Amino acid sequence: MNLILTTPTDKEIAITRVFNATRQLVFDCYTKPELLRRWMFGPNGWEFSVCDIDLRVGGKYRYVWTGPEDASMGIGGVFKTILPPEKIINTQLFDQDWTGGEAIVTLSLTEQDGQTTAVTSILHSSKEARDLALQSGMEHGMEMGFERLEALLNTL
Amino acid sequence: MQLNSYQPSHLDATFAALADPTRRAILERLMNGEATVTELTKPFSLSQPAISKHLRVLEQAGLVSRGRDAQKRPVRLEAQPLAEATVWLEHYRQIWEANYQRLDTLLEELKATTAPPKRKGTKQ
Repeated sequence: MNLILTTPTDKEIAITRVFNATRQLVFDCYTKPELLRRWMFGPNGWEFSVCDIDLRVGGKYRYVWTGPEDASMGIGGVFKTILPPEKIINTQLFDQDWTGGEAIVTLSLTEQDGQTTAVTSILHSSKEARDLALQSGMEHGMEMGFERLEALLNTL
Repeated sequence: MQLNSYQPSHLDATFAALADPTRRAILERLMNGEATVTELTKPFSLSQPAISKHLRVLEQAGLVSRGRDAQKRPVRLEAQPLAEATVWLEHYRQIWEANYQRLDTLLEELKATTAPPKRKGTKQ
């Protein structure tokens, strides 16, 4: 079940992952707030405080994670295409807009023999925005790594 | 934290250089050791000037360097920027993987609770 990360074009990131479940179930986990908030986490220790989904074309979604000292990270957008249980296309914009513009996110689900392949394609507004998004992963990832190290050190 | 070493402009150049398949193939060849431009031209159906142009992009991104030997000027791989770009992608990958592992767990839970024994036509 390895995750495959590629950069198909200058502005794009594509993430492919196989899940051991039907695509209806995977689709539900992406679109029902009570399910989504159980797996899509922000930074370690942050709370998924807002998870609103108006699942219809033109409908909006909004997610907010709240961290220490009232820090918050919000993201939102509009649904452009909804084809249950195989495809969702939506816009995506961070409140801080640190990547400089909206991205278009396409989630495609294909099912075979009870397994579902999920391909998430994130098309950024520019190559710079794409690279900034990747770089945020780097910083976030390092932070998580250090937190884990800290937790480990505390047990020694 | 050594985040300062990951300067965006520097990484821009790295990613731009890596975006081209010929340049990636050149880097792969150089992983086996340094080579002259003539040697690098052979496996590709490209002219020597075309290969030299790719090498200049790689050199500007700091991914390769040229030797001092005035005649041959062998090309060699500079591993550091490549390693940084790889580390960068790896961390982005890990964030998604952490979320997806939680999704795996949730899906297993849902399968256990939403799949009643249907075999014998137990209609609700």
